[in-house]
Amino acid sequence: MVENIFTSIAGSLRSVIDAAGAPLLLNDISVVLLKVVAILVYILVSALWLVYMERKICAYIQARIGPNRVGPMGLLQTAADIGKLIAKEIIIPRAADKVVFLLMPVLIFVPVLLLFAVVPFGKDMIAVDLNIGLFYFFSIASLSTIIFWAGGWASANKYALIGSMRAVSQMLSYEIPMILALLGVVMMTGSMKMSEIVNAQQHIWFVFTQPLAFIIYVIAATAETNRTPFDLLEGESEIIAGPFTEYGGMTFAMWFLAEYGNVVLVSALATTAFLGGWLAPFGWTFIPSWVWFFLKLYLMIYVLMWFRWTYPRIRVDQLMNFGWKVLVPLTLANIFVTGVGMYIYRAIGW
Amino acid sequence: MMQTQEITLNMGPQHPSTHGVFHILLKLDHEVIREATPICGYLHRGIEKLAEARTYTQIIPYTDRMDYLAAMLNNTGYCMTMEKLMEIEVPERAEFIRVICNELSRIASHLIAIGTYSVDIGGITGFMYCLRDRELVMDLFEEICGSRMTFSYMRIGGVAEDMPEGFLEKVLKFVDYMPSAIDEYDGLITGNEIFQARTKHVGIIPPEVALNYSLSGPILRGSGVDWDLRKKRPYSVYDRFDFEVPLGTRHDCFDRFTCRMKEMRQSLRIIRQAVEQMPEGPVMAKVPKVIKPPAGDVYLEIEGAKGMLGYYIVSDGSNKPYRVHVRRPSYINLGYLSELCKGWKIADVVAILGSLDIVLGEVDC
Repeated sequence: MVENIFTSIAGSLRSVIDAAGAPLLLNDISVVLLKVVAILVYILVSALWLVYMERKICAYIQARIGPNRVGPMGLLQTAADIGKLIAKEIIIPRAADKVVFLLMPVLIFVPVLLLFAVVPFGKDMIAVDLNIGLFYFFSIASLSTIIFWAGGWASANKYALIGSMRAVSQMLSYEIPMILALLGVVMMTGSMKMSEIVNAQQHIWFVFTQPLAFIIYVIAATAETNRTPFDLLEGESEIIAGPFTEYGGMTFAMWFLAEYGNVVLVSALATTAFLGGWLAPFGWTFIPSWVWFFLKLYLMIYVLMWFRWTYPRIRVDQLMNFGWKVLVPLTLANIFVTGVGMYIYRAIGW
Repeated sequence: MMQTQEITLNMGPQHPSTHGVFHILLKLDHEVIREATPICGYLHRGIEKLAEARTYTQIIPYTDRMDYLAAMLNNTGYCMTMEKLMEIEVPERAEFIRVICNELSRIASHLIAIGTYSVDIGGITGFMYCLRDRELVMDLFEEICGSRMTFSYMRIGGVAEDMPEGFLEKVLKFVDYMPSAIDEYDGLITGNEIFQARTKHVGIIPPEVALNYSLSGPILRGSGVDWDLRKKRPYSVYDRFDFEVPLGTRHDCFDRFTCRMKEMRQSLRIIRQAVEQMPEGPVMAKVPKVIKPPAGDVYLEIEGAKGMLGYYIVSDGSNKPYRVHVRRPSYINLGYLSELCKGWKIADVVAILGSLDIVLGEVDC
């Protein structure tokens, strides 16, 4: 019952529309709309929650209390902050390219929204189960680089310019190890379909068979989401806020929101590809699959937050060195070892 | 056609990590520094000139506002200079209280240096830990003089008043606790691989250069020069305590950082010995109500938290000084900055400036 709560809602909607005698096309459109609305609501609610969670975890790590004034246990703090940000004036620098400057914080949301289409939230709870799911994920995810860059460029600010240049070089050098790390998983699954990747982990999660790939993925994912120790893009103590220096009020909030969207996405991919997705460990299937997914998802997010509030920031040339000279060779070695291992495994016919 | 162009970047005066209203004009080749010009003076209040219109006692609060992170040391430096000029013998108990306050102040200043350095490198948690423990020092100061930042506790001839009851026990409690906190910083900040990668072999100041540029304090000692006025020219009662002077071997940012870390432990040792040897007696020498030093000039240096803190006072025999000049270590330590930054990245400028540990109140005076 609880297991299929979301799928049965969608199913009943479909049958209600069907019973009303509506054409099939309308039926499909309404179901797609339902999915889009569900994802949108999830992104916004989770961003609200993540900001609160981040601040509480940060406070816990730093021996502080954190937000505790607005609402019970400070739960409404983020809502109050959003209210403040909406009320603020959006200041556009005189030299800025107005159209691009205002368009980019809106566009940054497009890749985030598109990516949620292939996230398997639970059994049968994937909006579009593409047969190239993983490939789609990477190709769309790299779009955000251009948006970061354009936003910084349009600000006509030198700090923003330096930050956006960093964004391009950083994402370029971390996208590759990230993709190569996941190739090991794809090799073992034999498919790029998200649901099949999860199903391939019925017996053992890939985090145990591909530990190196998992570690590299987590490192690259931290860099991908621009969080400490790879927050060179923002680099508060060096370049103020990087590409976001000139953004204020709601335009800034959009960048901020998209960052949390990205955090959810990379954690969701880690959960799907390495932590067994919606599969229950120890055969505890009495807990619904989507609950398992979210448990693992927020565990991953917690790890990312833990990194953020523990590590200092790496320097830009060290970041490049680390990406190209350490992570890429390691992932290549991982692919080689996986290939050899799979060959032997099949030859023995274990 | 491809072409590259240097860009000029104004780092500061409004910047998160210039430690105040400090301004560095950078000429950049993408991220690499080609030229760095430090510009200071945004916080200039003319303290030296103001001092000429104040009586000798009224100058004490102005010294607080120079290095406001280690105000006790500034107070002491000024009062000791005046005592030298007037040939006043300070009671022993006052000297011991001064030593305790000075070393606590040094710890408070180094905690800010270490904490902000952690933020400069990118880890905010280290800052919170340092401030958490600095709070304990501030509480002690609040108890002894009622103030948490600008103390004005020292007087010409001693200290304002004796310690409150139970103060020494609280100091001992702090001294017992603090080493564990320093271990914690070592684990969080010093031991971190990324932190070491960011600071080791960065911003090297060779010992001879450090001497030529008249650098002092943890920067000079980080460059491996054994120069601590508390050891070399013992003033006050520092010759009675057993402590070491930590020195650096690589002469880089990391050495300057670890020097401060080790100095805190040595300061704790001094405080413990001072508490144990604390004599009884008055805390104020017999000083006339209206201070009129004999005509003449005097110069005296003490080991401040940032380096050698010197006061030069010229008296014309009246109740106001003819001229007061302060050798502010933060200002003089900045002298080598533009050479030091050349060829490094933007992130390194922040690391180098942080390792110099400047306080803008003192730089601009």
